[in-house]
Amino acid sequence: MNGSRAATLPIARRLSSFRSDGFPMIPVSILALLIFVAVFANVLAPHDPEVGSLGERFRPPVWQQGGSEKFLLGSDHLGRDVLSRLIFGARVSIVVGFTAVLVAGVLGTGLGILSGYLGGWVDQVIMRLTDAWLALPALTFAIFLAAVVGPSEMNIVIILGSVYWTRYARVIRGEVLSLKERDFVRLAIVAGCSKRTIMKRHILPNVLNSAIVLGTLMLGVVVVTEAALSFLGVGVPPPKPAWGLMLADGKKGMMAGYWWLTVLPGCCIMFMVLSANLLGDWLRVKLDPQLRQL
Amino acid sequence: MSAAPLLELRNLSTHYVSARGTRVVRAVDEVSLTLEAGSTLGIVGESGSGKSTLALTILRLLPPAAHITGGEILFEGDDLRTKSDVEMRRIRGKRIAMILQDPMASLNPLFTVGDQVAEPLRVHEGVGRAGAWSRAKDLLKSVRISAPESRVGEYPHQMSGGMRQRIVGAIAISCAPRLLIADEPTTSLDLTIQAQYLNLLRDLQRQHELALIFITHNLGIVAKMCDQVAVMYAGRLVEWGPVTRIFDAPAHPYTQALLGSIPRMGADARERLTAIEGQPPDLAAPPSGCAFHPRCPHVMAQCREQAPPETVLAPRHTTRCWLSVPAPAR
Repeated sequence: MNGSRAATLPIARRLSSFRSDGFPMIPVSILALLIFVAVFANVLAPHDPEVGSLGERFRPPVWQQGGSEKFLLGSDHLGRDVLSRLIFGARVSIVVGFTAVLVAGVLGTGLGILSGYLGGWVDQVIMRLTDAWLALPALTFAIFLAAVVGPSEMNIVIILGSVYWTRYARVIRGEVLSLKERDFVRLAIVAGCSKRTIMKRHILPNVLNSAIVLGTLMLGVVVVTEAALSFLGVGVPPPKPAWGLMLADGKKGMMAGYWWLTVLPGCCIMFMVLSANLLGDWLRVKLDPQLRQL
Repeated sequence: MSAAPLLELRNLSTHYVSARGTRVVRAVDEVSLTLEAGSTLGIVGESGSGKSTLALTILRLLPPAAHITGGEILFEGDDLRTKSDVEMRRIRGKRIAMILQDPMASLNPLFTVGDQVAEPLRVHEGVGRAGAWSRAKDLLKSVRISAPESRVGEYPHQMSGGMRQRIVGAIAISCAPRLLIADEPTTSLDLTIQAQYLNLLRDLQRQHELALIFITHNLGIVAKMCDQVAVMYAGRLVEWGPVTRIFDAPAHPYTQALLGSIPRMGADARERLTAIEGQPPDLAAPPSGCAFHPRCPHVMAQCREQAPPETVLAPRHTTRCWLSVPAPAR
């Protein structure tokens, strides 16, 4: 039934193949491109992203009337090159995104394993803490923390890590609960392994798949949150080129027709988050059933 | 026979207690038996009779709700009940090893076979990775895995069920334990593989002078493998003794019924197999007196009122049945 309907509707077929089967070429290329750009930002950027000349403010992109070869994607209210800022902004997003996901992942996976494997009061304490954490709206909580510790790239990483670890803790704990009843864990107990050895050698490698899938999906969330924090002025501090910050700076010019100041960084955020989510979805489908089968 | 036995259980009891302490399940109740080095004990009984709990009690690996409420577990002369957790961990896997029911699930899918066979060696004897790896090859050879050089580097999913169970066996004997507890090790294997595996276990036992506790409900395996049988019913040891004696002249009605319920070769084809009437008792609310009395064909008034004491029929042959108690003591 389903098959014949999909055959008659090429769009449906293409959508379904886009979702689960096959390697997600487009999202991976976009992420790879962003990482490449972030790594080689110094070489690729035509101008200094933090220094502009006030004489050349609000230059439109090169293809619009009044645009010049000097600013391919135009310039902002301080005469800084938008392309260079986008390129260096990729570096901020990538670095903050990956490290924050890593911080949250290490914290959450560790606590999730402890909670699930040790059980008892350890489990109670960690899970009630996660419940309380999850009850707080993530963005508001992040803004609060940012206001307390002050804005810097390092602090953003710590803030995002400490806001989002709960998701890992929950998921990983659930996995561990089923893993610890598996016979290979019981065999390890019977063989006289200590709890630490079992958690390290038998539990951790088995939850790593889930942690990686979750991490990829979290990358999108973290990048958006970082942009939101920067947009609200509690994220990456101003002269630094961050996409969220560029949006905040550009929003005043939107009514005046300076669309490139908001649309371009917005597109960058959108493409990065979309790619991360699509890759995460694909990984989830790809890795999960295999883990269950083995 | 003059030396102290390898394992001696004296009046061992393990009870499961519900969270509020209102319900008590006597999973293992006053069990006493002895096991010499190098000999094999079969523990038989229907599901829920306390066989596995007894094994976990010996290893002190009970779930939190279960408590050892009395008795002694003497292993090589030491009472395991007095050992600390760390001491127990040194005993598990090194002195007492265990094989679990399901070989498919007993191996970690993410590690090579060699790593897993080597794990107890590394944990207990501090052998380095390379040394443990070469010992793992020898162990695989000793459980008759062909081409152990290439097999050590393979993953569990590349092996058949019989091979995996043999690998679990290799893990169990890796530290040369004195006692091996096998909890229904062959239930998930098909018959030809079962026979091979049992032969292997027996050879390993001879080579290493290993004492074996075999938990099963297959009396055929008991007859083939064991020197002694312990028959459990509702947490109690209803009969314990040498295999030959028990198969020839079972003293307890439950043992008689168990033996009567297996088909025999050459028996009259018209003769029906006898089934044991009734259901096994609910251990949370066991019948008064002897737990077997509602199903016993020889039930007497006394059986309903009082649990029978342990009666020694011969050296190393005991039973718990009023029929075996000499008349004046009744």
